[in-house]
Amino acid sequence: MSSLDLARWQFAITTVYHFIFVPITIGMGFLVASLQTAWYRTGNTKYLKATKFFGKLFLINFAMGVVTGIVQEFQFGMNWSSYSRFVGDIFGAPLAMEGLLAFFLESTFLGMWIFGWDRLPKKIHLASIWAAAMGTLFSAYFILAANAWMQHPVGYTYNAERGRAELTDIFEVLFQNTAVATFLHTIPAAFFTAGAFMAGVSAWLLVKNREKAMATSTAKVGLVTVIITFVLIAITGDWTARIMTEQQPMKMAAAEALYETTERAPFSLLTIGTLDQSRPVFQIDIPGVLSFMSTGDVNGVVEGINDLQAQYEQEFGPGDYTPNIPLAYWGFRLMIGFGALATLFALITLWRLRKNELPKGRWFLPAMISMPFLPILANSFGWIFTETARQPWAVFGLFKTEDGVSPSVGAASVAFTMIVFTLLYGVLAVIEFKLMIRAIQIGPEVIDTSELHEEVELGGDSTKKLTMAY
Amino acid sequence: MELTTFWFVIIAVLWIGYFVLEGFDFGVGVLLKTVAKTQAERRAVLTTLGPLWDGNEVWLLVAGGATFAAFPEWYATLFSGFYLPLFFILIALIVRGVAMEYRSKYGDEKWRARWDNAIVIASFVPALLWGVAFANIVRGVPLEVRNNLIEYTGGFFNLLNPYGLLGGLVTLSVFVTHGAIFLALKTDGAIRERARTMATKVGLFAAVVTVAFLAITVTAYNDKLEVYGLAAIVAVAWLAALGANLRGREGYAFFYSSIALAFAVITLFSALYPNVMPSSLLETASLTINNASSTTYTLKVMTYVAVVLTPIVLLYQGWTYWVFRKRISAAQIPSPESGVLDFSKLPK
Repeated sequence: MSSLDLARWQFAITTVYHFIFVPITIGMGFLVASLQTAWYRTGNTKYLKATKFFGKLFLINFAMGVVTGIVQEFQFGMNWSSYSRFVGDIFGAPLAMEGLLAFFLESTFLGMWIFGWDRLPKKIHLASIWAAAMGTLFSAYFILAANAWMQHPVGYTYNAERGRAELTDIFEVLFQNTAVATFLHTIPAAFFTAGAFMAGVSAWLLVKNREKAMATSTAKVGLVTVIITFVLIAITGDWTARIMTEQQPMKMAAAEALYETTERAPFSLLTIGTLDQSRPVFQIDIPGVLSFMSTGDVNGVVEGINDLQAQYEQEFGPGDYTPNIPLAYWGFRLMIGFGALATLFALITLWRLRKNELPKGRWFLPAMISMPFLPILANSFGWIFTETARQPWAVFGLFKTEDGVSPSVGAASVAFTMIVFTLLYGVLAVIEFKLMIRAIQIGPEVIDTSELHEEVELGGDSTKKLTMAY
Repeated sequence: MELTTFWFVIIAVLWIGYFVLEGFDFGVGVLLKTVAKTQAERRAVLTTLGPLWDGNEVWLLVAGGATFAAFPEWYATLFSGFYLPLFFILIALIVRGVAMEYRSKYGDEKWRARWDNAIVIASFVPALLWGVAFANIVRGVPLEVRNNLIEYTGGFFNLLNPYGLLGGLVTLSVFVTHGAIFLALKTDGAIRERARTMATKVGLFAAVVTVAFLAITVTAYNDKLEVYGLAAIVAVAWLAALGANLRGREGYAFFYSSIALAFAVITLFSALYPNVMPSSLLETASLTINNASSTTYTLKVMTYVAVVLTPIVLLYQGWTYWVFRKRISAAQIPSPESGVLDFSKLPK
């Protein structure tokens, strides 16, 4: 493999891996903050129990998100130095803002929260989890704005002399519709992921007949979160699809394996293409739906892959402008499919849970155990779709991925780092998974109610034992 | 001041923040098994870092991000050029972060012992490699102009020259001393005493290598007179730190060692200026604050952001240090032999 292929694989592996943990961190931060707020407001210890229990699971996940995130920021310079040179004037700004505004907020206040149970007054302790959660939200916005610029570059000029893109309008970069739509699609997805996680864990406790009061509440919180956010994801997904059709028609065509430009284009349920991927052999379609998704009109015209390829050859010169069609097609469907399956499980379970009963049947426990994983799969396939179907471009219409790789880094170096990252990530995944399972099996700790009503003095009492130590 | 110079200063400030703060994190990590013998002591030592280490590490992320935004050519050349050292630092930071967070999530002795070893090694490696990397930046590395771009053309072993390795010893020994002083300030009992002794021992070694390193730096890789003065401040502050430590004035010791670290960074950046990465091959292939920088517009945008946000960050991060200012002793550690996820608590 060339250093380009290896660098691409490394980016794919480290980024997909990082994004397993990120949505749980974002969504769970807010859910735990809400549980703690419920405890603060009502004084009901079941909410405190839930805060501590899901807080622990949140932290096991958070650590992985943090450490794998550092790699992301270094990787652009290490493996993609030509890309970094070309886009740095624009792309670096949101990354620096993310660090300054979001990472400091997240890490500082999460540290306060973890160690602050006996060091901070209740109100400040509660405020610190909210501050940390807000930090995750800012972080998501900046990095999604940077990504949106790669999908649809705006607010820049090309400087031929220096051979790079240069920023002309930061507000256009930060607030273009691509950035806003992606954010509004990704954040509900993060809540969806955390909701499914909470629902799955709570349902497992209920099946095992443990912690009924707490688990019933948290199951409901999780399930309602899943259902509400599914609707939001569908709405913003629809908006995103329209923006995508307009800005990157090839991506939409690839998502649908639509080879020829079509009026009243159908939504394809199943397509099997020929081996050279230029025309389908077998398709099952629903007429008009794709046209509606892309243009808002069932009779709208959707451009096909073959026409777009010809069009891009005219515009950008000879070359292959078609992404990997099966990956795009299935990535798009699996994203929707896994999300919809989790929502279906959530609807059935919530319906039964309204009378505090659980669905009967042998499907239920496996379904609940699969709950935390379904959104993770959906998230991963969504990103695999949107990033691979932009290829061959790193920045759409402006800069090709193949031109971005570091010229000074040899294939052997990239192969070496890729292998070590993959092995290390594999080992850490096993450790994280085991720890998570153990934490769930042990379940919520017993709350010592004797000290709950004492107000904590800022800085804590150093004559007492610590409640949290490494 | 030119915006490019202003951003050169900002980058220096971010590295000062990083080395002063994560410097003691690394030092404490290296010393974990040396100053803490029992489980309770180890937990006390790590808990001094608990609420702080992640926020400290963000200084690195912001230094990286700010370099990307303000000096893309520097970011691209440095990160792709110092590929393997940065990779080893990354691996160490990953392992270290997970080790800190996971070691007490489970009460098993073996589990904790393994993570403790991981913390020691993963603190040692970056403490050494940051010095190697910075010494090489100051010394100059093989940069050539290829296709109109300045590229690093040396390999990995090119970085392991005597000056580079001396730089590594400097950061390693200085961070370990800084960490020992931090521990003496933040703990009580036997740990505090051991940490103070370690600070003196390692601190003297650090004084020797640092003076040697700075002497070479100011004479061989610097053409400015004022840099001699800056290097002298480092030496004086360092001796003041060791003196204060000997007298048991740990707060002063920590203040002076922080000053020494800050001025060490200032010395290196002043020696560099106006280069950001000098080429050891030919002067026209050097990266400077001008040929590496972003456009004036981007620098302006980033200036607004930095001027508004940095004071706020300093304020709340400083506040956490104040909230968690109290000493921690082994006696305060809750049932040291049981973990947070004690399996004996599993319901039957």
